[in-house]
Amino acid sequence: MHFLYSLSGLPSISGFLHLEGMFFLAAQLTIDGMSLHFGGVTALSMIYLEVEKGQITAIIGPNGAGKTSLVNCISGLYLPSEGSIVFEGRDITRMPPYGRAGLGISRTFQNIELFKHMTVLENLMLGRHIHISYGLLSGGIFWGRARREEARHRRRVEEIIDFLEIEHVRSKPVGTLAYGLQKRVELGRALTVEPRLLLLDEPMAGMNVEEKEDMARFILDISEEWGTTMILIEHDMGVVMDISDHIAVLDFGRKIADGTPDEIQRNPLVIRAYLGQQ
Amino acid sequence: MDRDTIPKLLLQNARQYGKKTALREKDFGIWQSVSWEGYLEEVRLFALGLAALGFGRGDKLAVIGDNRPEWIYAELAAQSLGGVGVGVYQDSLPNEIAYVIDHSDARLIVVEDQEQVDKMLEIRDSMPKVERVVYYDPKGLRNYQDELLLSFTAVQELGREFGRSHDGYFEREVEKGRGQDVAVIAYTSGTTGQAKGAMLTHANLLGMAKNLAEVDPLDASDEFLSFLPLAWVGEQMMSLALALWVGMTVNFPEEPETVQQNLKEIGPHVVFSPPRIWEDMVSRVQVKIDDASWFKRFVYHRLMPVGYRMADCRFNRKKPSVALRLSYFLADLVLFSAIRDHLGLVRLKRAYTGGAALGPDVFRFYHALGVNLKQIYGQTEIAGISVLHRDDGIKFHTVGVPLPETEIRIGEDGEILSRSPSVFVGYYKNEEATAGALKDGWLHSGDAGYLDEDGHLVVIDRIKDVMKLADGTIFSPQFIENKLKFSPFVKEAVVIGRDRPYVVAMINIDMANVGKWAERKQIAYTTYVDLATKPEVLQLINENVRAVNNDLPAAVRIKRFVILHKELDADDEELTRTRKVRRGFIAEKYRSLVDALYSSQEEIEVETEVKYRDGRQAVIRTTLTVGEPEAMGVKNK
Repeated sequence: MHFLYSLSGLPSISGFLHLEGMFFLAAQLTIDGMSLHFGGVTALSMIYLEVEKGQITAIIGPNGAGKTSLVNCISGLYLPSEGSIVFEGRDITRMPPYGRAGLGISRTFQNIELFKHMTVLENLMLGRHIHISYGLLSGGIFWGRARREEARHRRRVEEIIDFLEIEHVRSKPVGTLAYGLQKRVELGRALTVEPRLLLLDEPMAGMNVEEKEDMARFILDISEEWGTTMILIEHDMGVVMDISDHIAVLDFGRKIADGTPDEIQRNPLVIRAYLGQQ
Repeated sequence: MDRDTIPKLLLQNARQYGKKTALREKDFGIWQSVSWEGYLEEVRLFALGLAALGFGRGDKLAVIGDNRPEWIYAELAAQSLGGVGVGVYQDSLPNEIAYVIDHSDARLIVVEDQEQVDKMLEIRDSMPKVERVVYYDPKGLRNYQDELLLSFTAVQELGREFGRSHDGYFEREVEKGRGQDVAVIAYTSGTTGQAKGAMLTHANLLGMAKNLAEVDPLDASDEFLSFLPLAWVGEQMMSLALALWVGMTVNFPEEPETVQQNLKEIGPHVVFSPPRIWEDMVSRVQVKIDDASWFKRFVYHRLMPVGYRMADCRFNRKKPSVALRLSYFLADLVLFSAIRDHLGLVRLKRAYTGGAALGPDVFRFYHALGVNLKQIYGQTEIAGISVLHRDDGIKFHTVGVPLPETEIRIGEDGEILSRSPSVFVGYYKNEEATAGALKDGWLHSGDAGYLDEDGHLVVIDRIKDVMKLADGTIFSPQFIENKLKFSPFVKEAVVIGRDRPYVVAMINIDMANVGKWAERKQIAYTTYVDLATKPEVLQLINENVRAVNNDLPAAVRIKRFVILHKELDADDEELTRTRKVRRGFIAEKYRSLVDALYSSQEEIEVETEVKYRDGRQAVIRTTLTVGEPEAMGVKNK
């Protein structure tokens, strides 16, 4: 924590700050003993994971390790068979997805889930849905409060368009865009919610090197600009090692390791899971 | 107050026009206006901030970035303090940037965003004279702690502070300015060797603006869209000198990618672009028409000839018949005005092309549409322009007649020489080059040309580029290249033949247009290389080359050509930053390919290194088939 560092020279308040720091570092999301079964198949078993506020946590593992299942449990698409998920002190294990969105949990999908025939702008405005407070009637009349509010939402969406550098495709139907750009729009849609926790399911899948670098930069910029906590599933180890603060490794539904990129790279269990056993 | 320096014009315009819009930038999807008063205030604060940082008379300030108001604010601020603005092309390679910045002795650099800041931090060791890097887009820079860095608003904040204790400082400094002070060092993109910094004074730039405005008047209600690199003299001449001279509004596009859309929204009254942009527009129209419904195609093909007839009347200075005028009026109503609107040219008073030759076919196309496109000619060293077409004297093989106060004569070896108040004062720290370009006040252009019977200047080519075949036949590669490039399928062409028995060409296909064509023909392709090496594509380009050959004298026809497997790119140093072909470099780089073109080989194995934007390199390997447009009948194997 940068600002703690700079103040640590003051002994009289450092104890207090330390407590503050402890609080600050307490996990924003805690997954406690969570398992997920589909009939007889165990997708996840006894997962413990803590995600700290403002950090980028990567989840890696071979195909079928349960990475997407884990993200789906957090976003509410799947209901865990046992265990609990606590977000900012609230148990959200059984909360429906829209409730979680209301708390500021937002996600992108591995396969792009946008309205292909709507423009980029319309898709993003739709993402603001959860923040729109005017009703059907005032929205229909569109005067006064509703109009002012719409302008505010549009402003926010334009900021995201500016941030992600997609001005040139603002009014194009999403379906006509190149794949890499669609991925970016999908990220934009997740950002319109103003998330406190952003779940990114393979944001760089199928991209070329240049697009991947752009996406990595956007992810770092989001973290820096808004301090958004992120959970990232990604297969490109170069990217994962470069941008994440923390990495959890899954294999056959179990978490086999957890730590900083350096620790993970040296972990014999991880190496075995990836390279196989002799 | 005098009108002898650019900052003085800013002060006057702010007083005269006050709340009227001076600049406009599209931000957050909306055009945001800056009044003349606001413009002055931004420049004033930044200038005072510069003063607080110790910047003073004769100091240099470099600017790198896309076209934004801050670019101009920074430059004008430096000039207000008696300093000099140095524009750097924003997509230059790091070593090119370092060279220009270090050579220009810039103390401060103003850059756009994180990308440029990273680049500056990377090359800081090779530019030790730089004291500060100022950025105006803070995105992603929050955690940068480097003491070299400072934000644009922070400098303006320093300026506010400085202004409180130095009342009237800015106005006094502006007042000290003289016309003979250097205003700009424009580094020429240079088709050969290291860039040279041409020093242009306020008097040079404003003399040009005054003479140009005399020929082609503009007024304070006119609009201009600034979308070409501001480091280019053409953009300096329009967005800075001419805009402040006539008080017109300068608009900045949202992003480089949105220029076409922004052009349509603004509908500027004047446009100045190199031929590249005009050629792009033509091929875009042609492709759109080919894709349109049969009815639209029918209307287009039926009405374009009317436009062409009208254009030819204008070129030949004949009075069009009443019938022609009537049918042109109708065609304009139905078709031409719609196309002009689509291209953003509907309010255009006039458009300029310059920097390289533009094909006559492209010229006719615009005049058929009713776009008053005029050729201009000039060098960076003469503030960008010295010769242009008059509205009633457009001849597409010429570049027009000199501006007022400008003399043109042809030197003994056919070189074009010019003299005017806008001729520069010399290259910065390069006596030798200055002596080569400036002799007794005459600017030596290095271009070969002649004056025709009407006193119009005709430019043949660069003196060193007019070439002879082995048997002594003279030809201009550029002329042939332009003919080739009029085809929507050809993006770039390089014609070779000096001291060789015949002419050969290397051609770059236009991926978008050829791709569309291939889709229609149901030819599957994957990458650029794959598409470029398809036999059907070779056939297509072969037809194009044959058509061009028909217009050429037999001795200089293209005998053999290849379709290149990679796009020529400024990053690979094959094109200059203004997208001119660097013939010498290409001839060297593709030497084995050229040699094969002069052998009897029908297939050529090639291997080329390419550089990606991030500096990594890769090698492309493939086999190219030689096209022989002049070959008759079936080849014997």
